[in-house]
Amino acid sequence: MNGSGMGSSLPAIARSVSWNRREFLRSVGAVGLGAASLGLPRLRAMTPPRGQKAVVVTFGGGARDEETFAPEGQENIPHLLHELIPQATFFTQAVNRGILGHYVATASLATGVYETINNFASLPPQNPTVFEYYRKALKRPATDAWVVAPSNGFNRIGESDHRSYGDGLGAGVILPKRLLSAALAGSNTDLNHLLSDNYETPLYTPELGSSEIHLQQLERMLRLSVSEFTAHARSLESPDELSVYLARQLMRELAPSLLWITLHDIDVAHSGAYSLYIEGIRRSDRLCAEIWKAIQEEPEYAGKTTMFILPDFGRDADGDSGGNGFQHHRTGDPLSRTTWMMVLGPGVRQGAIVDRPVESIDLAPTLGSLLRFPTQFAAGKPLPEVV
Amino acid sequence: MMPSELKPDHFKGYPPQGRDLAIRHLALLRLLPLAFLPILLREVIDYDWKFPAERTDLDNQFAYLNSLNSDQLNAAMTSFARFAPPRQFEKSDMVNQPGEFEQRLTAWLWSTRQMDAFQTAAQDYAEKLRTASLEVPLPLRRLSIVVVGQGVEQSSYPLFRKLKPLGVHFTKVVPENGMSLLRQGVTARAQSHPLSFGHWYIDGGPRFEGAWDAVTCISYAELEPMRSALLHRMRASIQSGGMGPETLRTMLLEMQPHELGATEPDPILSRFQVRVLTEGSGTQIYSTSFAQWAAREALRRAQPVTLLVRFAPRQRERSMDELLSNTKSGAETEVDPEGSLIDADIGGYYTWMNQQRLSGADESAFLIWFEDRNEAVAIGPSMPRGTSSSSSMNLGQILALMS
Repeated sequence: MNGSGMGSSLPAIARSVSWNRREFLRSVGAVGLGAASLGLPRLRAMTPPRGQKAVVVTFGGGARDEETFAPEGQENIPHLLHELIPQATFFTQAVNRGILGHYVATASLATGVYETINNFASLPPQNPTVFEYYRKALKRPATDAWVVAPSNGFNRIGESDHRSYGDGLGAGVILPKRLLSAALAGSNTDLNHLLSDNYETPLYTPELGSSEIHLQQLERMLRLSVSEFTAHARSLESPDELSVYLARQLMRELAPSLLWITLHDIDVAHSGAYSLYIEGIRRSDRLCAEIWKAIQEEPEYAGKTTMFILPDFGRDADGDSGGNGFQHHRTGDPLSRTTWMMVLGPGVRQGAIVDRPVESIDLAPTLGSLLRFPTQFAAGKPLPEVV
Repeated sequence: MMPSELKPDHFKGYPPQGRDLAIRHLALLRLLPLAFLPILLREVIDYDWKFPAERTDLDNQFAYLNSLNSDQLNAAMTSFARFAPPRQFEKSDMVNQPGEFEQRLTAWLWSTRQMDAFQTAAQDYAEKLRTASLEVPLPLRRLSIVVVGQGVEQSSYPLFRKLKPLGVHFTKVVPENGMSLLRQGVTARAQSHPLSFGHWYIDGGPRFEGAWDAVTCISYAELEPMRSALLHRMRASIQSGGMGPETLRTMLLEMQPHELGATEPDPILSRFQVRVLTEGSGTQIYSTSFAQWAAREALRRAQPVTLLVRFAPRQRERSMDELLSNTKSGAETEVDPEGSLIDADIGGYYTWMNQQRLSGADESAFLIWFEDRNEAVAIGPSMPRGTSSSSSMNLGQILALMS
């Protein structure tokens, strides 16, 4: 029971973090001062185009300001700072008030409710996911909502067990590492570096979920032969690169209107190796830019896709004696709960900063407003700045 | 069982000193809330293997609680008493398995979104305890030394960024015999002020040559057989399946030194070694994580007046499966000196922070050195903050300046 000596309240620290992010962004010219002074009414988004699509990118394993937006961290996020934020509406404080485990936090993002499921069990979310809301309300086929998930523990993320939704209404789930393992079955390989799973608890290997894509579907749905898949994998450095590769394949072949990609390389921080954590941040920064570039290049997506980028939560502060700095997210301290979100796309104001606190559970209803479907069980609120 | 139902017999499974402690304070234990008691019992059950500083802290905690009258005790415990775990918690064996109970309690607090309130309660209590405890003067100024960068050929990494503003940046350190001079400095302190577990040397590689009389030593290389045994157990658990990660974590936390083939004759140090390997994340696979976490735990638990931590190159990143299976021998393992330097740089900063959490922080001193190079930072009352020195000095001379 170590005291942290951090007596400040969550709102006060969140405001401070928010202010710092705004100043950091100004310092590198990532946003204009004019945009920063705009009031809420003028920040309200313009009407989105028809045929709207949405791509959500989350970091499972948040990165702290010290390694990202603070002056000494900016070298790690050149793409976010100089390419994406100038085109984005940036929310400086997205607060997660739920359980700080990656699976349960991602489930909360997807449902708009702070889920309480066991983070390390193969369980579906308790509340309907955006995928179910979307498909049921708009009568969309199964091929129109997909999740590319980082860890094998995310195999149930696409579909809840809610009695009004659930069975068959969710998103397809691609677990790239599981696919690669299956593709490599029995063969000696040099691809083990792409198979690192769940840095927080490497002891967990869940059973397959019903909506998860299987190896035989690789060729049928993604038009990707096992040999092509494994050959390309050999050119990749990390599990997240494999995820983005498959996400791009999905975009090309199925062009889902709701695509959710969760990156996870940053979470190598749990091993305590700071240098690997920094490498993970730099890779995530580059991959976010690549995803945005892919959106601009794909005819099905260009000009009609909104992208959301946000960490699921932060990491422990150096100053909290209950934690061990960057390594974990166990203390529940304000910094580990306060993160950011950026939104890019048609109808979204560029170079704008929103300082008011929003919650991570606001994402699901915001997606609902954007794509025109109700999210009646979600506890969050749509963000007027982007819808 | 509720706290009020505790009887002396319930503690018969405790080690002797822990049992005596519990029975001596049984009347108090019966008055404590269910959300507080197991956390205290987790300390009591380990009393026999605690460092002297930890025993003093626990004794002080009991003295503080016993000094309160009924109303004061109720007031001190109110913030814990309002957490009411579900009835099934009462069936748990919180006396003999307080760690498992604590894990369940933690999961329940998270799932019911009460963790923040609980942590606030814990912080308030810790502050009251700290205020009530008398600070005993240290026999000598606390000193931590961190050595980083072993094996690095070239690096453009901006070292010591967080520490430079806090002290003097030495740019012309004479590196010859650096480790020998540090060993001499540490052993001299240990011999002039012999203290049980008061002087430590932790190495992320093999132990540096020479005598380390009166110094508690722990090295990554010497723990290789224990690490291998632990990785084998973890691997077997993964392959057998059937156990959730929380059960496996409990299994690791309950692991005993003999189960990992520990050879350290001192039972307290042997336990500490096991705890570093089973509680620390990444300590089993990366020497840099081991060195940082061992230093953190040594400072937090043993509260030494002298600590020397030397980081060594860790193995290069591989998949978690490969790392856990540990199929490559030490000689085959490829290392990553440049990455390790970056790991050690933040590890040094964390070591300074952890030292500053201990008593006598205003007077404490800290030195970090880029091994075999000319660069070091020294922090302490006699070291002007945010300054640099181009004086040519060896490490013995710098230590003398700091004392």
